[in-house]
Amino acid sequence: MFSPEINHSNNPLIQVINLNKSYSLQDANGKTITTQVLFNINLTINQGEFVAIMGHSGSGKSTLMNILGCLDIPTNGSYWLAGKNVATLSSNALAKIRNQHIGFVFQGFNLLKRMTALDNVATPLLYAGISRAQSRKRALELLRRTGLENFAMHQPNQLSGGQQQRVAISRALINQPPLILADEPTGNLDSQTSNEIMLLFQQLNREQGITIVLVTHEDDIAAYAGRLIRLKDGRIIVDKNNTN
Amino acid sequence: MNLLAIFGEALRALRQNRLRTGLTMLGMIIGVAAVVLMLSIGQGARTKINETIAAMGSNLFIVVPGATSSGGFSFGSGSVRTLTINDAYTIAELPSIKTTAPVVTGTAQLSYAAKNWSTIVTGTTANYFDVSNWKMEAGTTFTESDVRSAARVVVLGSVTAKNLLGDEDPIGKTIRITNRPFLVVGVLMAKGQSLTGRDQDDTVVIPITTSERQITGNQFPGSIRYMLVQGTSATEMDIAEIEIIQLLRQRHRIAKGKENDFTVRNLTAVADVATDAAKVMSIVLGAIASVSLLVGGIGIMNIMLVSVTERTREIGIRMAIGANQRAILTQFLLEAMMICIMGGLIGLLLGIGGAWLVSQFADMLIVITLGMVALAFLFASAVGIFFGFYPARKAASLKPVDALRYE
Repeated sequence: MFSPEINHSNNPLIQVINLNKSYSLQDANGKTITTQVLFNINLTINQGEFVAIMGHSGSGKSTLMNILGCLDIPTNGSYWLAGKNVATLSSNALAKIRNQHIGFVFQGFNLLKRMTALDNVATPLLYAGISRAQSRKRALELLRRTGLENFAMHQPNQLSGGQQQRVAISRALINQPPLILADEPTGNLDSQTSNEIMLLFQQLNREQGITIVLVTHEDDIAAYAGRLIRLKDGRIIVDKNNTN
Repeated sequence: MNLLAIFGEALRALRQNRLRTGLTMLGMIIGVAAVVLMLSIGQGARTKINETIAAMGSNLFIVVPGATSSGGFSFGSGSVRTLTINDAYTIAELPSIKTTAPVVTGTAQLSYAAKNWSTIVTGTTANYFDVSNWKMEAGTTFTESDVRSAARVVVLGSVTAKNLLGDEDPIGKTIRITNRPFLVVGVLMAKGQSLTGRDQDDTVVIPITTSERQITGNQFPGSIRYMLVQGTSATEMDIAEIEIIQLLRQRHRIAKGKENDFTVRNLTAVADVATDAAKVMSIVLGAIASVSLLVGGIGIMNIMLVSVTERTREIGIRMAIGANQRAILTQFLLEAMMICIMGGLIGLLLGIGGAWLVSQFADMLIVITLGMVALAFLFASAVGIFFGFYPARKAASLKPVDALRYE
C-alpha cells in the first residue's frame, strides 16, 4: 500500500520503459492505417515529485497521460506503477488501481451532472465498497479542506469553474492516492482562479507528498512544477528541473 | 463495490429522468396488465365451462329416439317414440354400463296457494339425480319404491322453488301439478345454465310412472323422451357405445344395413370440445397479450441503448474514478430491471383492477390465480434482464479513454 506521508526518497513511483503507443484505424477502403503516437518513451518519476508535461497539441502528451492513468494500455513497452507492471493487468485490476492509487483532475472538470458536490466527491468510495454514510463523512471533510463546505449540496451547474475544479480535486483526493494526474486542469479557468488551483496542487505536493503529474501548454502553469518534461511528435525532447 | 450502493446509483439515474423512466415503464405496465387481464379472462372461461361440465355428470351418454324416415321424408331426432323404459332397464344390465335413467318430459302448470307457474316436468327414475350429478339443496330425492308405486312426490328445481314458494321452506309442502296434489320431498342444488344456455334449474322432477299416468299422459305407453346412460369408466366409453347400439338394434329388430332408429351421443366428447375451445381461447388471448409485453421489452432496450450513448461520458467518468466493468454492467442492468419490476407491479395492479371491472360490467367470470400473478411478474423480470443485458454490456465494454473523450 502507498502512504500519503511526505516521502521525497528516490523510490520510483512511475517507471516507463521503451513505451510505444500506436492507433490502428480503418480507412474508407477497409485498409488499416497505423498511426504511432508515442515513440520509445523512457520516464521515471519518483514519489513526491511535481512534474509538468508540456507539448503542442498532437505531441502525444494526452496519450501519455492516459497511459499513466491506466485509462489506456501501451502498444508495447512496460509501465511500472509502484513496482507493478500495469501493462499486463486486466481491466478489473486497472479499475482498482484507478480507484485506489490515482486521482484524476480534468480540464472539463468531469463532474457527474445532477449530483451534489458531496456525492460527486464520495462516488469513488462507493466503488471501493465503503458505505454511503462513511463516504459522505469523508467527502465533507475534504470539501471543508478545499473550502467548499458551504457548497456541498450544490450541483455542478450551480458552481463556478474554480469551485467545480476544487470539487474535482477533492474527488481525486478522497481515496488518498499517492498520485494525481491533472490534464490541463486550468484550461477552462481564468488566470486568477488558475493560480489558486495551482497553489492548491503545490500545497498538496509539499504538505502531503502527493506526486502530481500535470499536463499543460502554458509556461506560467508549468512553472509551479518542480520538473519539466517536453514532448514533441511523440518523443521526450526536454526533461529538466524547473528553476524558479 | 457494493450492490446496495450501485442500486442507489441506478435509482438516482432513473429519478433524474422521470419522464423517460415513466414512458419506458408504460410499455411494461400495459404489457403486464394485458397479460394478467387476458389470462384471467381465459381462466375464467375455462373455469366456467369446467363447472358446467362437472354439473352435467361424468361418463354420460344421452340416447334419443329417432331420426326415422317414411316415404322419402326424414324426421328429426325424437320424432318417433322408439325408445322405451324397458330399453333403459336392459341397457343398465350391460357390463360396461353403470346405470341408466329414462326421462319423459312435458310442460305443466304448477300452483301453490295463490301462486302458479308453468315449467318443464321431468319424469324419471330415482337414479337420475346420481347420473346427472345433481346434488340436493334440501330434503331427499324420491326413491325407487316411489317410482314403482307412482307416488305423487316431487323434487323442485331451485328456480321453480323460489318462483312458487318464495322464501317458504318447500319441504313437506303440497303443491299442485295440473291440479293434482304432490308432496315436495326435496329441492335441487342450483346448476346454472347448460352448455346451450338453458336454465336447468327451472324444472320439477317426479317419478316417471307418475308422470306418464297422471301428468303428461302418453300416446305410446312405455316410450320415453330420452335416456341418460352412465358408463362404468371413462376409458371404456367407446366399448359402451358399441354395446348400447348393438343391444338396441337387436331389441328394435333392425335389419342389417338399415339405419338406427335412435341416436347415441357421447356427452363427454361434447364437453371435451368445449374444454378444448376454452383452452385455445386462453392460449390465443395470452399470446396476444405477450406480444404487447414483448413490445414493451423492446422499448426498454431501445431507451437503454439511447441512454448508454447519451451517458457515455458519465460512464467514462465513473470508470476513471474506479468503476470496473461489472459495476457499470450492474448499474445499467439494475436500471432496466427496476423499470420492468416497477412497471410489472403497476401493470399487475391495473390488470387485476381491469379484470374486476370486466367481471362487474360484462358479467363474466374472472379468475386470478397466484400462479398467474407470479408468471406475469417473472415474465416482466425476465424481459428486464433479457432486454437490459445488451445495452448494459455495451456500456460496460466501453474503453475508459474513448468514453471520457466522447462529446
